[in-house]
Amino acid sequence: MSGILARLSGVSRIYQKGKEKVEVLHELDLEIPDGDFVAIMGPSGSGKTTLLNLLGGLDKPTAGTVKVGDAELSSMSNSQLSRWRSNHVGFIFQFYNLLPVLTAHRNVELPLLLTNFSAKERAKRASIALDIVGLGDRAKHYPRELSGGQEQRVAIARAIVSDPSLLLCDEPTGDLDRDTADEILKLLQVLNREHGKTIVMVTHDAQAAEYAKRTLHCDKGTLEAKEAA
Amino acid sequence: MRAINQMLAVTWLNLRNLPQRVGSSFVAVIGVAAVVLVFAAVLSMAQGFERTMITAGADDTAIILRDGATSELTSGMSNEQVLIIADAPGVLKDGDQSVLSAELYVIVDVKKISSNTDANVPFRGVQSGAFEVRKNVKLADGRMFEEGKNEIIVGRAAQQEFVGLETGTTIRFGQSEWQIVGSFEAGGSVSESELWTDVRVLQSAYRRGNSFQSVRVKLQGDSSLEELKAALDADPRINPDVFTEKEYYSGQAQGLTQFIKLIGYPLTILMSIGAIFGALNSMYSSVSVRGKEIATLRALGFGPFSILFSTIVESALLAFVGGIIGGAVAFVVFNGFQVSTLNGPSFSQVVFDFAVTPDLLVDGLKAALVIGAVGGLFPAIRAARLPVAQALREL
Amino acid sequence: MKYFRLIWKNVWRKKIRTSLTILSVFVAFLLFSLLSAFSFAFRGGVDVADAERLIVIHKVSLVNLLPMSYLNRIAATDGVASVTHATWFGGYYQEQRNQFGQFPVDPDAYFAMYPEFNISTEQFEAFKRNRTGAVVGQELATRFDWEVGDRIPIQATIWSRTDGERTWEFDLEGIFSTDDPRGSTAIMLFHYDFLEEARAFAKGTVGWYILRVESGADPVQVAKSVDLLFANSPAETKTSTEAAFAQSFTKQFGNIALIVMLILGAVFFTLLLVSGNTMSQSVRERINELAVLKTLGFGDRTVLGIVLSESIVIMLIGGLLGLGLGWILVQGIAKQMAAFLPGIFLSPGAILGAIGLMIGAGVLAGIFPAVKAMRLTIIEALARA
Repeated sequence: MSGILARLSGVSRIYQKGKEKVEVLHELDLEIPDGDFVAIMGPSGSGKTTLLNLLGGLDKPTAGTVKVGDAELSSMSNSQLSRWRSNHVGFIFQFYNLLPVLTAHRNVELPLLLTNFSAKERAKRASIALDIVGLGDRAKHYPRELSGGQEQRVAIARAIVSDPSLLLCDEPTGDLDRDTADEILKLLQVLNREHGKTIVMVTHDAQAAEYAKRTLHCDKGTLEAKEAA
Repeated sequence: MRAINQMLAVTWLNLRNLPQRVGSSFVAVIGVAAVVLVFAAVLSMAQGFERTMITAGADDTAIILRDGATSELTSGMSNEQVLIIADAPGVLKDGDQSVLSAELYVIVDVKKISSNTDANVPFRGVQSGAFEVRKNVKLADGRMFEEGKNEIIVGRAAQQEFVGLETGTTIRFGQSEWQIVGSFEAGGSVSESELWTDVRVLQSAYRRGNSFQSVRVKLQGDSSLEELKAALDADPRINPDVFTEKEYYSGQAQGLTQFIKLIGYPLTILMSIGAIFGALNSMYSSVSVRGKEIATLRALGFGPFSILFSTIVESALLAFVGGIIGGAVAFVVFNGFQVSTLNGPSFSQVVFDFAVTPDLLVDGLKAALVIGAVGGLFPAIRAARLPVAQALREL
Repeated sequence: MKYFRLIWKNVWRKKIRTSLTILSVFVAFLLFSLLSAFSFAFRGGVDVADAERLIVIHKVSLVNLLPMSYLNRIAATDGVASVTHATWFGGYYQEQRNQFGQFPVDPDAYFAMYPEFNISTEQFEAFKRNRTGAVVGQELATRFDWEVGDRIPIQATIWSRTDGERTWEFDLEGIFSTDDPRGSTAIMLFHYDFLEEARAFAKGTVGWYILRVESGADPVQVAKSVDLLFANSPAETKTSTEAAFAQSFTKQFGNIALIVMLILGAVFFTLLLVSGNTMSQSVRERINELAVLKTLGFGDRTVLGIVLSESIVIMLIGGLLGLGLGWILVQGIAKQMAAFLPGIFLSPGAILGAIGLMIGAGVLAGIFPAVKAMRLTIIEALARA
């Protein structure tokens, strides 16, 4: 089904730093169609992470609206946003952010604790997610026993386990070497092309951006499309 | 020499950045303070009680009870036996009068001020020699009771502890009324917990005929006790137990003192173990916070022993501070606090003060240092053995 | 609850730290059980006192004796179902420190008054037949290794005999026990007639009377009536319920309950500090992880709940272990001290109180870190990483 998955209209985000007001995003408009894989590039402080946070309901705009699917994020309460996130969004961070006290399998299962699935059902879904990212045999390992690339894959499995439509990635390959980074990006492509996940990826790595369908540049709070070379 | 310099240098550095670890240091200090506080408070009861009992006992006074009596209350003597004692060798004479007091006491119920419930108070009948055969007894206010009359003098401590014993009041026991005509002090000893009257009046009021429970005599000199004992043992008309007053009161004090110590020491040990766990916790946390610093020092060439030493010193110092705080609070809050309790052998109340003595405080500090040393040892070993490379990597 | 694995794993993040904290909790609750068992003993059997038994003593003091003639007059009073007497003998066995209660009584009447004492009919009959016979409680028999048939000499400190002797000899005819673990049987009972016959003085007197109130009658009223009977006589009486009587002793020792509470207060204050410190360190280290949980959709209050649960789990583990060991020790200590301080007992009330304390302390120790975790803003927390 194609259509617009996420829409930002007239979004501004202003932070109060002591007496100063810092405008990180300025009257931004953005449409992300279902099934898109968009990379957002830009210098640090350009607001790209803020953009990601808004899309994921981690932050609210100072002005404008954020709509993802049927949800109007800008008008939802914190607890509503929490619930919405658990069903509709998966996050992937630069530093993986796995819980060190849980095994890979348990880490992946974590989002499912918020659902009504039985223990058996949860275990099954987590295993499936781990298989998709190719780490079925590492299920019982702890994060400290995994390499950087493996940890990121577990993080990805966690991000997709509740079958969200939108995946938000903040510098997913920032801490990985070239070869491992390529593997991760290829995985993201698979998730996008074969599993229909819409992916928004913030990155400063031009080579990473090439895996995406399109690239947008974020500078001083505004977005510009750059034609793919 | 270099080793000592190292140790001192690292220790100084360590202590200087203690403020960074305020949270866990504070916990260690308070933990030790609590142990020392409880220790001092509980044992000061034993100290205070013992002191009150023993202060009463003079070395140059003998107390004579019937053979086998566990205390005055269970003893009994006839007038004839008292006269025999009065004439015995070893008894001090004032002119041709023997310095002694044949006495008898009963238990009366008076309410404690603190709880407004009944308490057993000793009501003692004495003779004219009562003041001389005791140390430090003197009238505090009012006057001495007149012989033959229902008049009472009240011990200072009893006045403070029980209801309605002020000088000038009338008090009723059973069928008879008594006038309180004065009060007396006795150097803080157990006698101050008592009410005194003329022994003959007491005997009559409580239908004791002409019987007594005890005789106190002033001894002539050092060897008088043996003399007296020998003479009385030889006499078939009397079967006495003879002690110095000091011995007698020590014996009376033993039961309760031992009991308090029996509770107090194990309690302190248990609490100390708890405090050691708390100190260990704090020190492990301290060591991990100092990880970078320790690694840097090691990389610079400071030996592991200096690290070990500085950690133990930190722990001991914190514990010591805790000990001082605990002891100080115990002293300020408890020392001199007056209470009274039932003493088994006499089946009557003894009024005493909590006595937080220097001995106790020193013992408390010793306990604190032990806690500090043990609590610091394992973390110190860990600190000294911290793999330098790993710690530096975590920088 | 499905979050239990997460909570459990978080609790054991830093094994040494958690173990030490649990050990501190363990010690605190061990102390709690021991102190509360002792405190219970100092209530002097108030909890086992029979509500329908009254004790009548000499108004001036327990130490004074009452005339035997009072027995029938009390029995005739309205509201009195039955009455009997007892007297403090106050002797010791072999050594002065072996003191315990010996009471000359009327066997039939006394055992009827105290139905909680169990004794075989055979032994009881043998006791009744033998004027110099005696029965002792199981605790006493165990302590001194006595068997039925032994001859037991008691040194009297108060009661000398008409023949001048201080030693009273008894034949042990039976051993009795009681079912209630809180009650004490560290006493010896013998014939009042024997005392009366052989004692050198105070004939015709008893130490105190025990009476049973008729069912339906008001104990307070009956007590008043009895005292009224003897008002203005040479031996006035004071009648109180058994519970009040027991309490009058323990009150004389001083406010033991208060002392125990103060000590426990100091102990638990320290415990809260230690656990609070552990919890706040634990949360401080995991700001990142907690933010991630929120990112995944865990609500603020869920995160609060998870942190609080960790604190409570630590308290429960240490506390239940401490309570468990305390319970075992109390059994042993109670047996050892049965003759000196009867009634050392860890009551169900105390156990429930302890569990309540564990939960309460868990909440108190964890509340500040938990609220901090709850209030975390995801973005700030992640940005800190």
